[in-house]
Amino acid sequence: MSMTTTDPGVNRPSAALADDILLGWLRKMLLIREFEIRTMAAYQQAKIGGFCHIYNGQEAVVTGTFAAINDDDPIITAYRDHGHALARGMDPRHCMAEMYGRVSGCAKGKGGSMHMFDKPNWLFGGHGIVGAQTPVGAGLAFGAKYTHEVLKRGPKKVCLCFLGDGAINQGAFHEAMNLAGLFSIPVIYIIENNGYSMGTAIHRGTTMHDKLYKKAEANAIEPIEIDGMDVLNVYDKFKPYADMLREEQRPGFVDLKTYRYQGHSMSDPQKYRTKEEVGEYQDRDPINSLAHHVLSQRECLTEDEFKALQKEVKAQVKEAVAFAEADPAPDPEAELYSDVYANPQPNLSPIRDYVEGAKNPLL
Amino acid sequence: MPATIETPKPDFTHTPSRDGDRVIQFREALREALSEEMRKDPRIFLMGEEVAQYNGAYKVSQGMLDEFGPERIIDTPISENGFAGLGIGAAMYGLRPVIEFMSWSFSLVAADQILNNAPKMLYMSGGQWGCPIVFRGNDGAGGQLGSTHSWCIEALYSNVPGLKMAIPSCPYDAKGLLKTSLLDDDPVFFLESERMLGDKAHVPEEEYYIPFGKAALRREGSDCTVVSFGRPVHFCLDAAEELAKEGMNCDVLDMRTVRPLDLDAIIESIRKTNRIVVVDQSWPFASVASEVITQVCEHGFDWLDAPPVRVNSDDVPTPYAKELEAAYLPNAHKIAQAVRTACGRA
Ligand SMILES: Cc1ncc(C[n+]2csc(CCOP(=O)(O)OP(=O)(O)O)c2C)c(N)n1
Ligand SMILES: [Mg+2]
Repeated sequence: MSMTTTDPGVNRPSAALADDILLGWLRKMLLIREFEIRTMAAYQQAKIGGFCHIYNGQEAVVTGTFAAINDDDPIITAYRDHGHALARGMDPRHCMAEMYGRVSGCAKGKGGSMHMFDKPNWLFGGHGIVGAQTPVGAGLAFGAKYTHEVLKRGPKKVCLCFLGDGAINQGAFHEAMNLAGLFSIPVIYIIENNGYSMGTAIHRGTTMHDKLYKKAEANAIEPIEIDGMDVLNVYDKFKPYADMLREEQRPGFVDLKTYRYQGHSMSDPQKYRTKEEVGEYQDRDPINSLAHHVLSQRECLTEDEFKALQKEVKAQVKEAVAFAEADPAPDPEAELYSDVYANPQPNLSPIRDYVEGAKNPLL
Repeated sequence: MPATIETPKPDFTHTPSRDGDRVIQFREALREALSEEMRKDPRIFLMGEEVAQYNGAYKVSQGMLDEFGPERIIDTPISENGFAGLGIGAAMYGLRPVIEFMSWSFSLVAADQILNNAPKMLYMSGGQWGCPIVFRGNDGAGGQLGSTHSWCIEALYSNVPGLKMAIPSCPYDAKGLLKTSLLDDDPVFFLESERMLGDKAHVPEEEYYIPFGKAALRREGSDCTVVSFGRPVHFCLDAAEELAKEGMNCDVLDMRTVRPLDLDAIIESIRKTNRIVVVDQSWPFASVASEVITQVCEHGFDWLDAPPVRVNSDDVPTPYAKELEAAYLPNAHKIAQAVRTACGRA
């Protein structure tokens, strides 16, 4: 279907994208949403353990930003990471199996919900300690820049390092920003600003909460703010910004305003906000917005095709759950003492010798 | 998928003589190890406070900025948590960072990165991302620096699985162990001592590697096994000298690495001596000595004729006053006394 849109944004980068790309985004966001619905159900049935953080409402963040970068750009994020893994291309079966603690999980059941790693897709985790991924993200970008400039191998890259609004207040992040600014490291810090860190509204924990960009400027980083409830908007604002930072090999900071529909984790009574507030954001749901755009503006999808797409995604996630259900638990004999050392040798532990692990299912 | 460059395996078969007249300082031996490996592998870079323009707070990296340039010898702000984490990311990406802590005492502000990230990455990712990085710096009392600056981190940090830890006692080993560290695919915690950086001894000009987990027998004797790491090895040798005059002869084992720990060498020695004294600079509670003695009891109990004895720093914060600090640290006198106790001659 042609681009007979009356959308005022004909000059926007997304306007030049083929229909298939936008439909791919829609599929991706539907997949993440459906995956999380199944995740919550499995958690309530105690199939998934530990802490588990749901991404609903924030789908446009990963979908729009990933679309603006290359497949071999490194990505690192916090524990609310299922969306990042799926958007980056991890097979939902391996993602679900990881949460089930099964051997075909992306980390063979050794990481869990908060620690999704995907080497083929350049996803360097899922990190459970708030803010701990931010210096590491600077290091990934440093590694890419060093590889390009010193080793003379590989293209110019950017690293996307995601963090929550609460993570802004970690010392590690301020050290990381200073280093990134100082060394001109092409790491783009993307604040997934959903307004809350657990039950703490941003203004209760963060100075200048409505001017977060100033914290970046204080570290010689040129920031931007993006409304993250609309994926087209995310892409349109982020794409030229990321292109510029890649070209100039310097850091970025995005105050990406978004919202999480669910509680902080699976055990959150959500007394700190009203249903009305949640409703206001749900009225601007990123999936509905994009669906509306492709159905009614671009007209590159029919209602029937949309229904078929939803059905297809549901079936895919259902299959992922069935896969995780059927997948065996890791054998402690083989897996407990593997992957501790890349180069295991005798006498590293008084308990037992470490061994090389079975090959990771993603590799 | 990110490409990984194969790192060569160290050649442990070439073991040049420890005797010779190429006498250099401990710090020069470290520099030689770093420089030799950096010439061969452009992925290695050195990062830390004052390592470049200042030529190293302790002159380990003197002249390296001139040879390798600012892309590879990198000054940082005072930001240990930041640059330790940066190194970890770079290692995951495929580089081989060397992160210098001016002192291991200052690594405590980077504890989350070095203990929670580096050693766990491989496991948490199910074998996908390792972390080949060397953290190095001064460990132990530097001389009247007071409690905050005199950390012996070996007990605290060696508790964590996933890391390796080396503590050289002499220039020859400093070079060989650091070169091995730089080729290892796991995070290596490399502990130097400010008090030994000026020590001089013969160091071969040629390249050689010392394997991890292989203790060196520094002195032979059949009455008692004395086990130590790093600087206190010298105190053990002094004690053994003193004890020899009393007719007591000691095996002195320089363990060289804490993880792996060459338990086999210790057991072999106590089969002969049936007595053991373990000396380490950390505090006694849950110390490296505690661990060595536990392993000896688990695997060599039948060979012991007397309870094992440990010599640690005293169980108090490191004091400033010269006399107090001297009283606090392990020394030859305390070690000799411990051997006499182990031998029933106290
Ligand atoms: C160092 C540390 N402190 C506390 C926690 C517990 N914790 C986990 S998530 C969280 C809130 C973080 O909020 P934010 O950064 O805004 O991310 P969001 O959950 O909103 O995605 C807290 C306090 C932790 N994981 N790590
Ligand atoms: Mg938040």
